[in-house]
Amino acid sequence: MTITEIQEEIVDEFSMFDDWMQRYEYMIELGKSLPLIEEQYKTDDNIIKGCQSKVWVHAELDNDKLVFTADSDAIITKGIIAILIRAFSNQKPQDIIDSDTEFIDEIGLKEHLSPTRANGLVSMVKQLKLYAIAYQTQLN
Amino acid sequence: MVQSSLDIQTIRKDFPILNRKVNGKPLVYLDNAATSQTPQQVIDAIVEYYHGYNANIHRGVHTLSQEATDAYEAARHKIQHHFSIAKSHEVILTSGTTHSINLVANGFSSFLKKGDEILVSAMEHHSNIVPWQMLCERTGGVLKVIPMNQNGELIMEEYHALLSEKTKLVFCNHVSNALGTINPIEEIIEAAHKVGAAVLIDGAQAAAHIKPDLQALDVDFYTVSAHKMCGPTGVGILYGKEEWLKKLPPYQGGGEMIEEVTFEKTTYADLPHKFEAGTPNICGGIAFGAALDYMNSIGFEAIAQYEDELIRYATDELLKIDGLRIYGTAAQKTSVISFNIEGIHPYDIGTILDKLGIAVRTGHHCAQPIMDFYQIPGTVRASFSFYNTKEEVDVLVEGVKRSKNMLA
Repeated sequence: MTITEIQEEIVDEFSMFDDWMQRYEYMIELGKSLPLIEEQYKTDDNIIKGCQSKVWVHAELDNDKLVFTADSDAIITKGIIAILIRAFSNQKPQDIIDSDTEFIDEIGLKEHLSPTRANGLVSMVKQLKLYAIAYQTQLN
Repeated sequence: MVQSSLDIQTIRKDFPILNRKVNGKPLVYLDNAATSQTPQQVIDAIVEYYHGYNANIHRGVHTLSQEATDAYEAARHKIQHHFSIAKSHEVILTSGTTHSINLVANGFSSFLKKGDEILVSAMEHHSNIVPWQMLCERTGGVLKVIPMNQNGELIMEEYHALLSEKTKLVFCNHVSNALGTINPIEEIIEAAHKVGAAVLIDGAQAAAHIKPDLQALDVDFYTVSAHKMCGPTGVGILYGKEEWLKKLPPYQGGGEMIEEVTFEKTTYADLPHKFEAGTPNICGGIAFGAALDYMNSIGFEAIAQYEDELIRYATDELLKIDGLRIYGTAAQKTSVISFNIEGIHPYDIGTILDKLGIAVRTGHHCAQPIMDFYQIPGTVRASFSFYNTKEEVDVLVEGVKRSKNMLA
């Protein structure tokens, strides 16, 4: 599936809920299926700055695709990074670079998109894209 | 039950913001330790200033300038009387507590020698630690920490043991922003003076709850931020004893702080202007005076009594929640409750509470050493003011229960 297709799939899933509580509960549920980062990569270097909770992200190439793993000590944050990773993991770096994140708005989590929001969703997206740029350079 | 002489519903009408909704729910504002809300009386003072007599002060011969100068200096006198300060020129108007502390820390760099010691309490805000670290780096001074116990109280035996003739300055907050502890500043000041050390007390968190008599305390310096006591942001005071303010060198150069300037030499203006370089926050200063008038019209004794009842009620109700731990259980504390629920990150609780219209602070509250002490990433902090109600406490408790159900 392409990034856009996965994003549409996530938007579809969230459209089943009518209130924020159900959306948050589902997000927390998604956090539980997050591909967890290996302990050895849970280093300070892999912590995303700008988050009130700790978020670690690791990326590695599997052939021409970038695979992300992550973890967080807060479960709402874990849900957010799980949604992002579901959309961007196992994709070609160039596709990640070219993608947008408007689907976050569509699933009713718009408030998390503010760059000043302490949860750092914007920082997470930026970090995933930075990995993509770095690995794209390597592939070239 | 909360029973008080205050008519809270009438008081709440003074605060327009308390009518708003957040995420479709009535706002429950419990982040008063970060900043308090502003009553209409203070908003009116701000509007009247810009509508009627906005002008630069202390220089103009024209009427507006004179009116603005009179109002600004009247505010200084209100501040003087409120804090029982001997002389109005001992009130230095600053941009707030951080500015005030930096002014003193910078001034002390001319007195401090290598090996001299500065004592700070273990429960300080970052803005109360960093200026002293910078001062010690510049001068070779040594920063020592007065430790605290598990309840979040300073260990006074250790404090007395740390004091010596090397101690030049003791720095401590009156009330801890993260824990709510009221520190025994009378004892701290008296003991410091016995070894000849000066004392700076940060009153930022205290001033909304306690009306200190600074002359009776015999404190050398005391700092306050207006925005934590119903005033606007960007204004506050440094109180300093006249003898100290005369000794301290000016902090910033600029207009207002000079008496005479030639290219060879400048002579500095008298107090308080020596420390008030440039055009000050004129409107802010005037509004600070209005905020003091407002709080005094309610009365600090009534405020303290009501807030005490409120925090006891909130503490009892919150502790009924399984797995909830309160950090900061000092015998003497003001309206701050810092807590966590076992196994749940404070950020998660804060996020759910926000969805319910409840404003609390989460994180380390700019007091990372305290969090390190308890070995936690942060806390959820609910901080109360006299305009909060028992019903709002109930909304908070329900919200915390709901968060726990979602997150556990």
